[in-house]
Amino acid sequence: MDVSPDAYRLKSGGRIDRTSRLAFTFDGRRYKGLVGDTLASALLANGVRLVGRSFKYHRRRGILGFGVEEPNALLTIGRGARAEPNTRATMVELTEGLEATSQNRWPTLSLDLQAVNGLAGRFLGAGFYYKTFKWPPAAWTGLYEKVIRRAAGLGRASHAADPDRYDKSFAFCDVLVVGGGPAGLMAALVAGRAGARVILANEMPALGGRLRYEDRRIDGRGAALWLGEIERELAALANVTLLRRTTVFGAYDHGTFGAVQQLAGTDERLPRQRFWQISAGAAVLATGAIERSIAFAGNDLPGVMLASAAQGYLFEHAVVAGWRPVVFTTNSSGYAAALDLVRAGIAVQAVIDNGPVVDSATARALHEAGVPLFRHAVVERVLGGRAVGGVVMRDELGGRRELECDQLLVSGGWNPTLHLAAHRGGRPRWDDQLATFLPPPADGDLMPVGAAAGRFALEDCLADGAMAAVDLCRRLGHAARTPTLPQTDEAEAYRITPLFAVEGAGAKAFVDLQNDVTVADLRQAAAEGYRSIEHAKRYTTLGMATDQGKTANVTGLAILAEALARPVAEVGTTGFRPPYTPVPIGALAHHHRGPHFAPVRRTPLHAAQAARGAVFFETGLWLRARYVPRRGEDMAAAARREVQGVRAGVGVVDVSPLGKIELGGADARGFLERLYCNGMATLRPGRARYGLMLREDGMVLDDGTVWCFGEGHFMVTTTTANAAAVLSHMELYHQHFWPELDVQFASVSEQWAGLAVAGPQSRAVLQRVVDEPALDDAAFPFMAVAEGRIGNVTCRIARISFSGERAFEVYVPAGHAEALLDCLLEAGAVDGITLYGLEAMGTMRIEKGHVAGAELDGRTTPRDLGLGRMQSRKKPHVGSALRDRPGLTDPARPVLVGLVSVDPGERLRAGALLVPEGAEAVQANDQGRVTSIASSPGIGQQIALGFLAHGRERVGQRVDAVFPLYRERVTVEVRQPCFMDPDGERLRG
Amino acid sequence: MRITCPHCGSRGLAEFTQQGDASPLRPDDDAGEAAWVDFVHFRDNPRGEHRELWQHVLGCRAWLVVTRDTASHAILRVEAAADVRGRPRGWT
Repeated sequence: MDVSPDAYRLKSGGRIDRTSRLAFTFDGRRYKGLVGDTLASALLANGVRLVGRSFKYHRRRGILGFGVEEPNALLTIGRGARAEPNTRATMVELTEGLEATSQNRWPTLSLDLQAVNGLAGRFLGAGFYYKTFKWPPAAWTGLYEKVIRRAAGLGRASHAADPDRYDKSFAFCDVLVVGGGPAGLMAALVAGRAGARVILANEMPALGGRLRYEDRRIDGRGAALWLGEIERELAALANVTLLRRTTVFGAYDHGTFGAVQQLAGTDERLPRQRFWQISAGAAVLATGAIERSIAFAGNDLPGVMLASAAQGYLFEHAVVAGWRPVVFTTNSSGYAAALDLVRAGIAVQAVIDNGPVVDSATARALHEAGVPLFRHAVVERVLGGRAVGGVVMRDELGGRRELECDQLLVSGGWNPTLHLAAHRGGRPRWDDQLATFLPPPADGDLMPVGAAAGRFALEDCLADGAMAAVDLCRRLGHAARTPTLPQTDEAEAYRITPLFAVEGAGAKAFVDLQNDVTVADLRQAAAEGYRSIEHAKRYTTLGMATDQGKTANVTGLAILAEALARPVAEVGTTGFRPPYTPVPIGALAHHHRGPHFAPVRRTPLHAAQAARGAVFFETGLWLRARYVPRRGEDMAAAARREVQGVRAGVGVVDVSPLGKIELGGADARGFLERLYCNGMATLRPGRARYGLMLREDGMVLDDGTVWCFGEGHFMVTTTTANAAAVLSHMELYHQHFWPELDVQFASVSEQWAGLAVAGPQSRAVLQRVVDEPALDDAAFPFMAVAEGRIGNVTCRIARISFSGERAFEVYVPAGHAEALLDCLLEAGAVDGITLYGLEAMGTMRIEKGHVAGAELDGRTTPRDLGLGRMQSRKKPHVGSALRDRPGLTDPARPVLVGLVSVDPGERLRAGALLVPEGAEAVQANDQGRVTSIASSPGIGQQIALGFLAHGRERVGQRVDAVFPLYRERVTVEVRQPCFMDPDGERLRG
Repeated sequence: MRITCPHCGSRGLAEFTQQGDASPLRPDDDAGEAAWVDFVHFRDNPRGEHRELWQHVLGCRAWLVVTRDTASHAILRVEAAADVRGRPRGWT
């Protein structure tokens, strides 16, 4: 059956462009819409009523709403990697070639075999999953989860990487206005005129809010004219930024808001969405209200629609989803909707009101138009298998009557959109008169206005917006004037006869359409003892779907409260948490993905090493050269050659990422005395000293070297990993605890680039390059430092060693780093100088038993590291007060040891635990751990460092290194931690 | 969340790091183990007003004492830690 693309479109009216057709597909079938359509309005215009299957029961579902509240029409838009599941058809602007697919049906939407769940509906009630899929536990991962995920669910993610781009912007304003309806527009206008920086965020493409979807007059003219004027004035104000298609999804502390903007356009190279982080002095929450439905049997059938949605489709798109609708309302807005339809020529069959029909102008006009009004009556159930064909009406005496219709429009009343007002934890208040929750009282910089504050009348919206802006502007120091408020036509005041569920409604009366929660489920939860709304919500899944219960929550709470025989005000609401509507993770991640996930730090020698074939790896944020292979070498081979090159001759390695902090001032030495646990009082100018910093609890914070250039002039180095932490640590002690000390310091890590030159030939090679100082052993012994000169470039040199060889660290201003490397490689060419990487450097330090990050893990004391004697007893220092507590001096604490596997062929693994030989790998047998491993060319096998209880007394004994995760066990022999040159003869030369 | 740095003005959370409770004063070196254990290991976890050490690491690098309401998240006061006593005595 082919339906004309305009079968359900009026010949005139609407804000569509009737001359511009757009082709789109739904479930593979081709349709046409118009520019100005949403996907929802285009589907309705084409006579498409069935758009999805429900979450649990696979029931037929049609379009219920008009905007952000839509619970049923969740479609997958696009295909392949760009497929976006669970998209509300009501929020998708129609574009040429758009592809939409229905969800949660198999094999097709109209023939869904899983709809059999509906027959078993009674067995899928509240808590069904908890009660049914319980035993055996093993079946959860293998069976239940798969079954549930296939049967119950919405759209599926594509599992492909998201090919779209997202943008991020920061914005600052005095007044953020959320919502561009009448209240928001007045607020933006008043604040804008006052000179405040205003951001107006409007969820829809067009301004106006509900003003667009009702037949209203302002200042004696059609509201559209007024809207146009306001829009022009706002556009002319340079201090007003209008963000269209922008949803403010969260209100956070101190005036911070998150928003997502849909960036219209079909160019896939441009960002699809922009994530805004907005800092606002204050916010006007003009977020409007959302109409709710009523629970009765069959209220989820295609053809049941919110009355306000019908007005939206009529005025915005000239689309009429039913030619003979019945209206079922609890409140005055249902009458207004019916009258708007009548004026458009729609044959409204009846208006059914559960309360008394008030003698109002609207009611009179309907009466005069010949529309039957039924008061004190309800819709008991909907007739029709595939779509609405009629309703059974029940009057106050219990009399039933069938009414034929092709659509049922429902208005259960209006719920203020108070989410943002409650995101910071404020609790909404129940209002008996309006039978809904109102936002928590305005909290300083968050001001709900108009319908969002339960003031639904147009004149109240306009007045609220203006007054809120005046108030906020004055508080922020802008002279705002109260404007003359526009005159509105007289409309009936909002009145409601609250009704949430029709009497007798049960298992086919839906409250949460998206999660298939019925009146029966809620009553069952109450009967089973769920008294807390937070628990009942989770038990029944009320409001837990992607729409977060926008049309369901208040109704569900009211039904639950009634079942518990408690007032709704006492039952309260569940908490409101961001986001208001689903936000793609891609938008939150924006630019921070792939290589831009975190900043990459490259040393000044990166390019020079890359040009020589270095292979880099990530250490923290740094990219560092790991090894520099020759043709055909893998990492192990390259690292072995590099180690041998250094030990036999000379090598050079980039040490630029080490933290470097320069200190000056009369108390610089005193400051270092307090920071390091070992003495710095005797450190003479021209000398360096190894130093250990502790935390106050006695654990090692970091190690490094202290270089003394003169009294009151020092440079300290830190480990690369702790460079930032040590600087902050020093700043805290200087600023807060010892502010009286005369010391100044600054990080110079990035100013000085450095190379370590190591090996027996290091002195000779370095001296060929360095003009000053002289580096011979007498003038420049182990632990000497000097400021020197290479040509006319200043340098800093220390004779210190990480490798255990005679070695120097030489630093030059970062811009000269490449030149220094070139000079050293050239000068060392005759000695076969080796450019080496971190793998070889790590191997050599493990061979020497030097500790590094794996050993300085925040759990080790100087004693654990075998450095207990460094701790000075002559001075207080950070950590001195607690370093001798019994737990830290316990002789059973694991201490640093060397380890080798008894069978050299067996591989060790860092992270393995040490247990007695042959003992079970359980906590009671835990005696230590393996921290670092290396393949040692010098020892000829794999070696390791680790910590072992009573380790110093166990040299020569055996323990097992176990790795339970991989079921590994390697028997190892305990050694001294220093495998190479324990007396340091190579070091001193 | 935003913090008004006394040197730099109102800045976003991303510029700051947080260290913890600013209330305990660093004891004198000879204050004895009990005082030190208290300073290092024990913290109150109040609902309401709480003084916290923050650092403006991506700004002026000043350490700050931020007085914050842990329930409402309101920031009541921000002072440079250099102007706030960090030890029981020795300087004023």
